[in-house]
Amino acid sequence: MPDVILRKTAFSLEETFHEGGPVSSNPPRRAAAIAIIQNPFAGRYEADIQGFMEDLKPLGLKLATRLVEMLGGADKVEGYGKGALVGADGELEHGALWHAPGGYAMRELLNDSSAIVPSSKKVGGVGSRLDVPITHINASYVRSHFDTMEVGLNDAPRANEMALILVMSTGARVHNRAGGLAAQDIVGKDGLR
Amino acid sequence: MILKIRKIAVNVEETHREIGREISPATRKAVAVAVIENPFAGRYEEDLTVLMDIGAELGTLLGRKCVTALGITPAQAESYGKSAMVGEAGELEHAAAILHPKLGAPLRVEVEKGAALVASSKKMGSPGQVLDVPLGHKDAAYVRSHFDGIEVRLNDAPRASEIMVAVAVTDSGRPLPRVGGLTHENAIGQDGLK
Repeated sequence: MPDVILRKTAFSLEETFHEGGPVSSNPPRRAAAIAIIQNPFAGRYEADIQGFMEDLKPLGLKLATRLVEMLGGADKVEGYGKGALVGADGELEHGALWHAPGGYAMRELLNDSSAIVPSSKKVGGVGSRLDVPITHINASYVRSHFDTMEVGLNDAPRANEMALILVMSTGARVHNRAGGLAAQDIVGKDGLR
Repeated sequence: MILKIRKIAVNVEETHREIGREISPATRKAVAVAVIENPFAGRYEEDLTVLMDIGAELGTLLGRKCVTALGITPAQAESYGKSAMVGEAGELEHAAAILHPKLGAPLRVEVEKGAALVASSKKMGSPGQVLDVPLGHKDAAYVRSHFDGIEVRLNDAPRASEIMVAVAVTDSGRPLPRVGGLTHENAIGQDGLK
């Protein structure tokens, strides 16, 4: 399979202290990592693409490791998500190649991460933005941790590129009060509750 | 506390390749942005001292965030810039009050020296709008390889009564500079220009 040719990496860290309510004593943080790589399948239909997932594994681990560092260690991470933005000469299916290498890289680094990693993907032009969903790492139904982080770069993805994205968060929405399963009530067996 | 911050975001961009050429070491830019309450939203206030003092606090805070995010020593910073976007209940002059009188001096402490003017931009805006932060060499404004910019935007800011304040710092110039002019290596860095 082809090499992973990296043009650019970008990292974002957000801290929210309040959103009109009381100032949080433990402000939630969210971090995103984006890698802009050449799409080896751009401009043509290629039937057999699965081998590229293996090639993407080191990149997944690199981005996930950086996110864990940015948030202060694996024990701080409570939510995650992933996404892909495919440049206009590629197809949506190319973005789907990120599911396994992106998701399993994060789960490898995080303890008690039984929950499926939520994801979004689309084909887009330079400057397009992707809303990456975030859910609790160990139980998808934890309502306080449902969140989203918007990511994107002004100069990517070019037509023959893909933006591969991982996101992690340290906790619940800053003023979460919509009920549902609470993080402290997780059973933690099936990845759902 | 005068300074009321709702949110802080820090972005780092690393360029490893450009137009098919490897960039080694990668060029790196950081931008740190604070979303703050505008104490003068919705009314005309003659005396903007409060915003000037807020600017001083943010020069330190945001400058330090950038240097930390790049993982460099203050001396390794090469260029900088500052910008503000004011939500619709404020006025453009509020951005000027934050940026110009007092933000620069503490920022220069964070990047060591900083003989050159800090490049700046300002605008009125709304949640999700783009703020382009200009970049110029920190010690010699004529260094042509370091004229650049970095875009920052937050989907949820600035709300009407907020101001988004951004500081950008780099440890490098553009990825493939070749338009001549004064170079980083040949800059004297005394008068802020050459």
